[in-house]
Amino acid sequence: MALKTFIEAIRETMTEEMRRDESVILLGEDVGLKGGVFLATDGLFAEFGEDRVIDTPLSESMIIGTSIGAAMNGLRPIAEIQFADFIHPAFNQLVSEAARMRYRSNNGFGVPMTVRAPYGGGVHGALYHSQSVEAFFAHVPGLKVVIPSTPYDAAGLLRSSIRDDDPVLYFEHKKMYRSVRGDVPADDYLVPLGKAAITHPGTQITVLAYGLMAHYALEAADVVAEEGVSVEVVDLRTLRPLDKETVLSSVKKTGKCLIVYEDNRFLGYGAELSAIIAEEAFDYLDGPVSRVAGPDVPGVPYNHVLEDWFMVNPEKIADGIRKLAAY
Amino acid sequence: MAATKPKAGAAGVSELAASVGLTDDDLIGMYRVIATARAVDERMWVLNRAGRIPFVISGQGHEDAQAAIAWPLEKRKDWIAPFYRSIATCLAFGMQARDILTAQYAKAIDLSSGGRQMPGHYGNVANNLVSLSSPVATQMLHAVGIALAAKLRKTGQVALTTMGEGSSNQGDVHEGLNFAAIHKLPFILCIENNGYAISVPVSKQLAVPDVAARASGYGIPGVIVDGADVLGCYRAAKEAVDRARRGEGPTLIEAKVIRLTAHSSDDQQTKYRSAEELADLQQQDPLPRFRKELRDAGVLTEELEATIAAEVKADIDAATDYAESAADPDPRTAMKWVFAEDWPGETPPTWGFGGGHGLEGHEGDTSAAEGAVD
Repeated sequence: MALKTFIEAIRETMTEEMRRDESVILLGEDVGLKGGVFLATDGLFAEFGEDRVIDTPLSESMIIGTSIGAAMNGLRPIAEIQFADFIHPAFNQLVSEAARMRYRSNNGFGVPMTVRAPYGGGVHGALYHSQSVEAFFAHVPGLKVVIPSTPYDAAGLLRSSIRDDDPVLYFEHKKMYRSVRGDVPADDYLVPLGKAAITHPGTQITVLAYGLMAHYALEAADVVAEEGVSVEVVDLRTLRPLDKETVLSSVKKTGKCLIVYEDNRFLGYGAELSAIIAEEAFDYLDGPVSRVAGPDVPGVPYNHVLEDWFMVNPEKIADGIRKLAAY
Repeated sequence: MAATKPKAGAAGVSELAASVGLTDDDLIGMYRVIATARAVDERMWVLNRAGRIPFVISGQGHEDAQAAIAWPLEKRKDWIAPFYRSIATCLAFGMQARDILTAQYAKAIDLSSGGRQMPGHYGNVANNLVSLSSPVATQMLHAVGIALAAKLRKTGQVALTTMGEGSSNQGDVHEGLNFAAIHKLPFILCIENNGYAISVPVSKQLAVPDVAARASGYGIPGVIVDGADVLGCYRAAKEAVDRARRGEGPTLIEAKVIRLTAHSSDDQQTKYRSAEELADLQQQDPLPRFRKELRDAGVLTEELEATIAAEVKADIDAATDYAESAADPDPRTAMKWVFAEDWPGETPPTWGFGGGHGLEGHEGDTSAAEGAVD
């Protein structure tokens, strides 16, 4: 076991996967000599060379589209989109092509491709370096969407993503790259896709979260525990396919559910969770399924006062828990 | 394709065939593909007008260029990412008339999609033909990615993609050509320029007369060929394939073709093409021109021509009967292959998987197709 930062876990897992399987390649903007703008791919160019670590032109649709083609012809590309905010030019390739390839060809073709992208705010990134884009893609059948929150999960889920035979979008909260540390075993373990984790057992309120919010939920759970509120935190880890079983059994046990996400509230990922819980656990509910989520403005504003106003934090989550506990 | 008994020139190599380094078998093979593509296409329109299939999108006028340009590629080794007019391309690359017609009927046995996609979206893994979607030019990048994998894996494969000049205006074409040129990928882009993007003439699509002119912006060759000149198309494609295999990078080929039909069975082309233009089109049909070329060269005798015509007709009649009587896909399979494995978390619909939801009598119903592509 070694203590690693979130970004170290990601970088070292990519390195190990590229050593293990020569069909794994990496492509994206500045991923080569520079090692990525966050240094997530630092050292890979030196070890694997320019054929397998490809600095691409600024052409996001091309990064995804060629990865799809390469995946159909025997490679397992890891495509890095420099910021999740810049993924939109590739939306057509992801939604019309990668997601539908297997279905539309009746299992003729698959697209074993992993798309990595840093997302999220709280880092002075303003409108175009802070977005949470998971809801767009979690909506689409045929795409898997993964958002790890710990170095352990980051490594185990990234291994599973790279080895998966279908396209996986793997979003990394950029604020966690160097601020989150955790134990990462040296062995070749997998964290399966589609499995949530109960990271803080409790009895009175279920809090569903992922990514940075999974950490803030734990902090909030500790705060309200001192006030006598017992919270169960579920870290979803994979948004699609969703681990409905873990979510529903937790909510059925506690009878109350708060969903926390950083993305805009309206039609964000929590909207679907809320609908599923309403449909499938209605009889067990003792309060309204509630959300603490990013405000409905078109982006995270730059000024630090405005950014603080936008960002969900442990205090805002604790307030949401208290309100629901009092219901 | 099944080789026909060649009309022997000197030891099966006429002067015409020798001029491009082929045999008479090759020329007859191309002719058979072109004739089959035309016949299957005409059959599709008949079936559509008879209410048997909901939608047709046609390749008539493109067939000569398609067969010739696919010819130098190696089947089941190289790759083609086709587009919705690519019937002759797909036939030249290993698909059969039956595979085209089962797709028209969207039957379970449809090789391209098991009846999931609209007709015209051909592609299957066994023939290295990339599955196609409807947003145009997306396949450009898949072919470039296939070429990238070919280069990195040192497979010696070449990837070709084909599309119309309308599609050439998509950003994916620019992004793909740029990347393919930078890395000298074994890639060929063939633009089948028929002068129309549905109704919009080429003068409103391009500020220059030729798509091929754009090649210079990527530092790659841009070649213009007459799409009715089969040997000219073959020669250009052969050169591009050889160049790609030598590691010298991509080529853009622009074949000037004609669109003999409306854009699709839901398009009224008289709204934007004059009666005079439409009448003149038949005079430009490339199929009789190639036939004459083969006759003049002594490659195609009257007897062989009649034999091929009869075989093609029998093939298409049998394929039609086969497709007509084949089973529809079962709704119980409709949630399969979202992913490689079944995933119980994906919620089935409240109505389950029974029939009785507009599935019966679907064949004659064209309403679903109307406007879907136009």
